[in-house]
Amino acid sequence: MKPFRMLGRSIRDAFKSVIRNFSLSLASISCITITLIIVSIALIASLNVQNFTKLIERDMTIVVFLDSDTTEEQAKEIEEKISDLSNVSEYSFQTKKEVKIRMQEESDIFRTVLENFDDENSPLKDTFQVKVKEIEKIKNTAQKIEKMKHVAVVRYGEGMVDKMVKAFSSIEKVAYGIVGALILVTIFLIINTIKLTISARKKEIGIMRLVGASNFTIKTPFIVEGMILGMLGSIVPIGITTYGYVAFYKHFNGYLYSELIQLIKPDPFVYQISLIVLGIGILVGMIGSSSAVRRYLKV
Amino acid sequence: MDLIRIKNVEKKYKNGVTAIYDLNLAIEKGSFVFVIGGSGSGKSTLIKMLYREEKPTKGQVIVGGLDVAKLKNKKVYKLRRKLGIVFQDYRLLPKLTVYENVAFALEVIGEKKDSIRIKVLKALEEVGLKNKVHSYPDQLSGGEQQRVAIARAIVNDPKLLLCDEPTGNLDPDRSMEIMKVLEDINKSRGTTIIMATHDKEIVNKMKKQVITLKDGHLVNFKQKGKYDNEAI
Repeated sequence: MKPFRMLGRSIRDAFKSVIRNFSLSLASISCITITLIIVSIALIASLNVQNFTKLIERDMTIVVFLDSDTTEEQAKEIEEKISDLSNVSEYSFQTKKEVKIRMQEESDIFRTVLENFDDENSPLKDTFQVKVKEIEKIKNTAQKIEKMKHVAVVRYGEGMVDKMVKAFSSIEKVAYGIVGALILVTIFLIINTIKLTISARKKEIGIMRLVGASNFTIKTPFIVEGMILGMLGSIVPIGITTYGYVAFYKHFNGYLYSELIQLIKPDPFVYQISLIVLGIGILVGMIGSSSAVRRYLKV
Repeated sequence: MDLIRIKNVEKKYKNGVTAIYDLNLAIEKGSFVFVIGGSGSGKSTLIKMLYREEKPTKGQVIVGGLDVAKLKNKKVYKLRRKLGIVFQDYRLLPKLTVYENVAFALEVIGEKKDSIRIKVLKALEEVGLKNKVHSYPDQLSGGEQQRVAIARAIVNDPKLLLCDEPTGNLDPDRSMEIMKVLEDINKSRGTTIIMATHDKEIVNKMKKQVITLKDGHLVNFKQKGKYDNEAI
């Protein structure tokens, strides 16, 4: 088949050219390598940030303490009102007793202290734990609940958590910006390196045009060459990502500073990142070489 | 049948120089035509317009039914596959052998390996270089290199062979060898040959059709013409 034959020749020529112009190829490869290392670090960082902001958001709850003398019926009424609120995704109710049991399970100190109280004089209160759909509206929802009868106190992250979330999301945006800029710079560098290899082969391209090679035929080996350079350039970054992240994860036992900031498990995360890095490498090589060769095809 | 028809063609370069003024020509299939004229007479421009290296500013250039002037850059290869081109400076690839240089023309248009082999060896036989198949261009004399270039030009069996001063770098004996090869191709394959030259001796010896150009104007187009010094 003619198309396959042509593709086979293109791939053969591309490999030949990578080997023949080895020093130039090495320049492109190392340039891609450095970019991809930074890209993969930025990618890992921003995906982790995204991951734990989601985790935090999911765990963010409004805790509603009821007055001590609230009856069961009154509690039911409040429950109905809470379930009517549009921003509420789920909620659970715990009586004083349940709270007491849970706290006693958690720590020995609580156990001994709480032993002295029975239901009548318990300092604990019946509580609702309310989760919201949209974290931005948590303040509004909390205020609504606070206005209800028999509600004593309402507690939620109170600014601290959502400030953190906002900070993380801006870090994420910056990381994406850096990745984008780096990719652009690399494309320009590849355009220039491949231009050099092409200008060394200007005569060959001229003869190809004379004997009736279509632009597609002339372009393909260079584009394949760019893809090969991209692939070779992504080997080291993939290695660093895979081994580096696993080591990093193990060293910190899966979380940073506090258990609140959980890292993404390496499997299958590192493989996904590796694939993305390889994809970016190939794409960058392709774009760089095809725009470099285009300038030589204008008559 | 006319293979080439040139109607009211004018070529003005971007720097303001007009190389060809209102040219009208018709060249028959199978003919052997010399284009002569002094430097700046427009003979190279004429050849370049025939293989669409240059576009005419006005008029039509029709080669084998294809309007060359209207051909887009992307489609130029369709024209180039129908013709062979030979230059004064051979334009061979130094890193490829004689065989590979000729095969190159077929490889880039996607021919099968077997048919490439047959066609390349046939073309090299026609130019008398079958025993130099594995040599590299720099191991050959100028005349031999030019014959490799001719083999590359005819390997695709084109209807038209364009030659821009093919003997410009060669001594008279080598030049006559090249002319003999070209004449054989013209006769055996029926290939139309258009050759720009300023070699008086060759034109007078060959007794072919002669187009004479002067300062971009057609002076005359004669059968069995001679190199007319006064016209130039």
